[in-house]
Amino acid sequence: MSWEVVIGLEIHTQLATKSKIFSGASTAYGAEPNTQACLVDLGYPGVLPVLNKEVVHMAAMFGLAVNATVAPRSVFARKNYFYPDLPKGYQISQYELPIVEHGELFVSDAEGKEKRIGITRAHLEEDAGKSIHEGLDKSSGIDLNRAGTPLLEIVSEPDIRSAKEAVAYMRKIHTIVRYLGISDGNMQEGSFRCDANVSVRPQGQEAFGTRAEIKNLNSFRFVEKAINFEVERQIELIEDGGKVVQETRLYDSDKDETRSMRSKEEANDYRYFPDPDLLPVEIAADFIESVRAELPELPDAKQQRFVEEYEIKKDDAALLTTSRAVAAYFEAVAAATDANAQLVANWVVGELSGALNKDGLEIGDSNVPAAELAGLLTRIHDHTISGKIAKQVFEAMWAGDGSADEVIEARGLKQITDSSAIEAVVDKVIEANPGQVAEYRAGKDKLIGFFVGQVMKETKGQANPGQVNQILKAKLSV
Amino acid sequence: MALHTMTMAELTAGLESGAFTSVDVTRSLLDRIASHDAKLNALITVTGDAALAAAAKADGDRAASNAGVLNGLPIIHKDIFCTRGVKTSCGSKMLDNFVSPYDATVVERLSAAGAVVLGKANMDEFAMGSSNETSFYGPVHNPWDLDCSPGGSSGGSAASVAARFAPAATATDTGGSIRQPAALTNTVGIKPTYGRVSRYGMIAFASSLDQAGTITRTADDAARVLGVMAGFDERDSTSVDVPVPDYLGEIGDSIKGLRVGVVRQHFDEGLDADCAVTVKEAIAVLESLGATTVEVDLPNIDLSVPTYYVVAPAECSSNLSRFDGVRFGHRAENADDLFDLYCRSRGEGFGDEVKRRIMTGAYVLSAGYYDAYYLKAQQVRQLIADDFRKAFADVDVIAGPTTPTPAFKLGDKVDDPITMYLNDIYTIGANLAGLPAISVPCGFVSDLPIGLHLVASHFAESTLLRCAHQYQQQTDWHTACAEGFA
Repeated sequence: MSWEVVIGLEIHTQLATKSKIFSGASTAYGAEPNTQACLVDLGYPGVLPVLNKEVVHMAAMFGLAVNATVAPRSVFARKNYFYPDLPKGYQISQYELPIVEHGELFVSDAEGKEKRIGITRAHLEEDAGKSIHEGLDKSSGIDLNRAGTPLLEIVSEPDIRSAKEAVAYMRKIHTIVRYLGISDGNMQEGSFRCDANVSVRPQGQEAFGTRAEIKNLNSFRFVEKAINFEVERQIELIEDGGKVVQETRLYDSDKDETRSMRSKEEANDYRYFPDPDLLPVEIAADFIESVRAELPELPDAKQQRFVEEYEIKKDDAALLTTSRAVAAYFEAVAAATDANAQLVANWVVGELSGALNKDGLEIGDSNVPAAELAGLLTRIHDHTISGKIAKQVFEAMWAGDGSADEVIEARGLKQITDSSAIEAVVDKVIEANPGQVAEYRAGKDKLIGFFVGQVMKETKGQANPGQVNQILKAKLSV
Repeated sequence: MALHTMTMAELTAGLESGAFTSVDVTRSLLDRIASHDAKLNALITVTGDAALAAAAKADGDRAASNAGVLNGLPIIHKDIFCTRGVKTSCGSKMLDNFVSPYDATVVERLSAAGAVVLGKANMDEFAMGSSNETSFYGPVHNPWDLDCSPGGSSGGSAASVAARFAPAATATDTGGSIRQPAALTNTVGIKPTYGRVSRYGMIAFASSLDQAGTITRTADDAARVLGVMAGFDERDSTSVDVPVPDYLGEIGDSIKGLRVGVVRQHFDEGLDADCAVTVKEAIAVLESLGATTVEVDLPNIDLSVPTYYVVAPAECSSNLSRFDGVRFGHRAENADDLFDLYCRSRGEGFGDEVKRRIMTGAYVLSAGYYDAYYLKAQQVRQLIADDFRKAFADVDVIAGPTTPTPAFKLGDKVDDPITMYLNDIYTIGANLAGLPAISVPCGFVSDLPIGLHLVASHFAESTLLRCAHQYQQQTDWHTACAEGFA
């Protein structure tokens, strides 16, 4: 039987506010345990939550960026359950009336066609703290620094049909939240993580199969692997006559498998009800319009503009628009050089990205700033150096040896374009290789490459390749 | 005139004229508490040293012409308000070991105005009770009859003021917890509009109903204290940013022409016949002052008690989840595991009434029951609020009895929660609708005091204080003092 995979994702994005969602404590990552938890975060008797306005602004930005409705009225609710990292015994979240509803975005499906993924809702909530078990003999520690950190939980429709699509969707959300500047998207630090609801059904069947929820996936690779494992598991189970049970599962990346955490029967009754300590969030239409006016150009629009305005390849445009910083770098280089935009794109996507990756740097920390790279590409454009030499120059620039012109000058890498100088070398090569000359003249055209190579060797690669070709052909045909 | 018998108004005059100092007053009242509280059990904590230090500072401030409006005046806080460095028990074993690291907004504001805190008043556990018998620290006795309850949950605050331990005490009211004990102890208790006084630092029972207020002997003193406590607080999202009127300045205005509504349902069966007569006499006094009376109808008011006992437990079940033995408060020893730690810490730390309400609340919020109970109760709550809104189109205040009977004997209703709950039948409506209400001493039935209950529309505390003050100018019920506490 042929199976259809149905996936919905719940993405938890940590919002990049300075202070927590309901208190004034800092959200900075990596502080000593419990040094960034105030009385509100600790759930002390008598304390009350006060909503951080910035999170409403950020949620509205996200809503508009995914073409969603930003609710004029949304309500915070309490999700009640006991756990040591949840100081109040309830999490403040949104339940019946979330701040964002009915959004969408588009990804490429398996055939490369554009596909719409619905976004059911996005709601604001507070993060919990962390339980720490390592290094504590027979006891557990609790770090409440993270308690009260603002999260936007983005819930997709069950529109996703493969692990690859799931990753494409997740990447798209990741790109959008970083474009908007509402999250740093740091997956190692847990700022961007997701739960995947996975089910399978026979091809053509309308009713959904029973789903399993895989919790806390914190890398794109794990999302793909966990879903693929889970799909295989469910299909095998059903084909062997078994039944999928609704449950929460955990992905073990060491073993590359998912395993059961708890079944639906053991699930909590969260006893949601509107939080009486907080007023409903009311958003005026003019606030929404002011947020809309300040939205940056979004990835899809930017990609399309790059293709149209710079006439670069679509794939390159996609790579160049994965972050605002990369796109801005590309545009800065393109503006500062007469070199062809595709050449600029090739260099940013190729040499520069490679160097950044190798050194683990973000583009903002690049050893070669945009203006410097533009200087180098200008020298390719005006034939001062060849593309091959340029790579050498770039390496030197990366190592801090100065600007393109300085490196070219200091190392004498300037291309030889003086015809008489090239002719002299050509003559020398012809004289030194009478056998090859005879063969060439007898019709073995391919030998032109050998002669070019010899000339380039003599000139240490600095002769202008076009000129070398031209002069060689003229002299050999005599 | 003995210092302990003076109102805040009288003490202020004496402090201003230099007849005595705040240290004199504070010493006198601390002595009185030491000699009389054994009979009442009104205080959980007495902060003698801190009080004397605060009094000395107040005297210094006055000498430096830097006196706040409550400079040097003694006050007692209900033990539900967090007080920095001082045990804040909320009447519970759960918080018997809890010393608050911060001051509630109410505490902060009163201290900043120069008030001197003598101690923390006994109360029903987590403010859940109408008789002060659910306190971990034992019941409070009513100064008017030591075998009787002073009412609750603010029984310690009311008994303290009635026994002349202090001219004023803070209190809180979720379903009548200020007004009912005030009525049963011959004191004035005002519960302001929901959102008028910050709840920050006031340990939550039912967040949408809880409101802080005062217990005093006169409306004039209530105006003085409330004027300091009231006002917007950015730390409480439900506090309302409406300017605070000059309560004291407006208190002397006449009530001529004031329209007083009398609720038909409040004089139905359930009200003690002698209480009915006494309350009607009090309303007649208001008429003699120029007020007019009309009968008003609150068709859904009989649903207020059942509505309250769904909404309040629901909120309390969630509010009290933070008491889990992990970070503060009572922790069971030698727990087997996490679940055992939770069960036993909470099982040992909470008393029966608190457990009853947590279980009721968890039940009405649970999947499958939410719509039938919690949601339905919220809808009825809206109907009750609408009834009041309609009534206030025609009247300025609604008058009636505060309680169905005078003080009852300690132990009488402990085993019958429903009868106990019905003690708040006239007061709960104001909480459900978020309205301000006051109870004023209006006479005695079987030698025990009872109160006249007045409710006004949102933020009309001034009207209530004025009405109560004018009534007190015409009557002297409030000057009567319990035998042995004069």
